[in-house]
Amino acid sequence: MSNEGRRWFEQRKEFSPRPREGTPIPDTPDLWTKCPGCAETLYIEALQANLQVCTACGHHFKIGVMERLAALLDDGEVEFHDEDLGPVDALKFVDSKPYAARIKASQKKVGRRDAFVAVSGSIEGVDVEVGCFDFRFMGGSMGSVVGEAITNVYERANERKRPAIIISSSGGARMQEGVLSLMQMAKTCAALSRLQDEAGMPYISVLTHPTTGGVAASFAMLGDLILAEPGALIGFAGPRVIEQTIGQSLPEGFQTSEYLLEHGMVDRIVSRTDMRSMIGTTLRMLLKLPSGEVAPDAPPVLEVKEGGKSR
Amino acid sequence: MDVVLDFERPVVQLRTRIAQLRDIEKANGVDLSASIEQLEHQSRKLEQRIFSRLSPWQRTLLSRHASRPYTLDYIDALFTEWVELHGDRAGYDDQALVCGMARFNDRPVVVIGHQKGRNTKENIRRNFGMARPDGYRKALRIMEMAERFGLPIFTFIDTPGAYPGIDAEERGQAEAIAKNILEMARLTVPVIATVIGEGGSGGALAIGVANRVLMLENSVYSVISPEGCAAILWRDRAEGPRAAEALRITAADCFDLGVVDEVIPEPYGGAHRHVDEIATSVGQILEKHLAELEALEPEALRQDRYARFRVMGKLVGAEA
Ligand SMILES: [Zn+2]
Repeated sequence: MSNEGRRWFEQRKEFSPRPREGTPIPDTPDLWTKCPGCAETLYIEALQANLQVCTACGHHFKIGVMERLAALLDDGEVEFHDEDLGPVDALKFVDSKPYAARIKASQKKVGRRDAFVAVSGSIEGVDVEVGCFDFRFMGGSMGSVVGEAITNVYERANERKRPAIIISSSGGARMQEGVLSLMQMAKTCAALSRLQDEAGMPYISVLTHPTTGGVAASFAMLGDLILAEPGALIGFAGPRVIEQTIGQSLPEGFQTSEYLLEHGMVDRIVSRTDMRSMIGTTLRMLLKLPSGEVAPDAPPVLEVKEGGKSR
Repeated sequence: MDVVLDFERPVVQLRTRIAQLRDIEKANGVDLSASIEQLEHQSRKLEQRIFSRLSPWQRTLLSRHASRPYTLDYIDALFTEWVELHGDRAGYDDQALVCGMARFNDRPVVVIGHQKGRNTKENIRRNFGMARPDGYRKALRIMEMAERFGLPIFTFIDTPGAYPGIDAEERGQAEAIAKNILEMARLTVPVIATVIGEGGSGGALAIGVANRVLMLENSVYSVISPEGCAAILWRDRAEGPRAAEALRITAADCFDLGVVDEVIPEPYGGAHRHVDEIATSVGQILEKHLAELEALEPEALRQDRYARFRVMGKLVGAEA
């Protein structure tokens, strides 16, 4: 089958296309879902078309990594990185299931080798290095592979003098890699410090549901801009741990994006449907580019470099 | 208050017996030296047997031992002219983390460390060594001062973890830890971190991004407490010993994993039974590492730290 004429994300197996406008709505129950935010019954395809954001109340459902990147990045050339990096069971960790088996199961389920996707592309014409967690892979936990891929995002951004964007959704460090996953916090942050000191390029951190533990306590909370999706759980300690420690239940709305905004911990809450334009607008200002979408030098080339090398 | 762990008890009992015999000797003027000598030999043998094959869980318990030397004990033993410095300049002075300046073998340095309490009253003040964001921000302020004046930084890590509480979250625990990790990566002065007890996750790393990371033999360094890990994986905190094994948290493990540069041996019986001895060897090892780092230019120190952490982790498919 020829890839010609298809945009980069349409060539990824995991991508579910957004339905065309005016598609007739069938009357089958399994094509509808109830919104946990407003109890409205939503047509699944309409929800998909709106980036999994409830059209009635703005509740943010989970969205696939490719769908998210497709909504964020321009249709032009895109380069994937570090798809060959795979996890290692350095500790020979066994709980109810050996880590090696968990890795295999997650890889099969999710269709990638670990919990992170790194890509070079552009947003409203501004070239960027982007990384996105895949929460479906062991809760988006950060082990050596995720840490390496994020470090590479910053290092690439530093070399290419481009802004970096990391979209987090992670329960934190990956227990099964023990102290090695803890060290990923230092490795990633050190690379970020170089991006700031050497290239002087902006870094935007996008927090989505949930961002906690070692991911929150490292690069996720260090963006020049920190943009949070509405209603995301964001914090250092998990709510259950806090409840156990203090022996009382937590206030309503504790550790939500809105709570963090109120306490000065994030710059803005941005709906997924506005994320692309918000990032484009702010990046152009930080980079002192003229307002309005940056025109590409050349017409978009529909060429995908999958599995591209990072350096 | 002398806390005795179960596996220490046989040795402690023998020691008590020896002390009793000595008292009898003194009081009654009899010669019991043969018995005493025999018991002493026995106790040394027993201690050696127990302490030469400690399980990860036993080491975890030792790392938390209520009599274990804490940060202020090392400051007292190894530094002169200690001047504690307080406050984050934003409303708080976290007592779970102590900061200050002092002299180490005559050189002016900065010292930062978690501080636990030895009793309930002290522990309320010290919050069991669990710092809030204010503590990490105080530590950062002092590290930045060290950077401005070119002073080496020693940190002593001894925390169950950063405090998981409402106020801590409200004031940005995650951000405070993150910021310290980032800024420590930038420092151009020598930084030496020593895990003296519990190296509890992000709360430890927030003062742990150093050129050299040292660990006492019976200290632990982990991404999550064994009990916390057990609660998640086995839904039972009592499975802590199993988790301690699985997580590879001992000093020897951390050395094998490349996370720690040198393990500081503890005498049989543990640091808490040989406080002077362990302080002396910590002092000698700190001096050795500081002398090595002092030979490096400021920018080289930053590069050295970057290179140290850049290679952390194990994975396949990485480009050479
Ligand atoms: Zn809704």
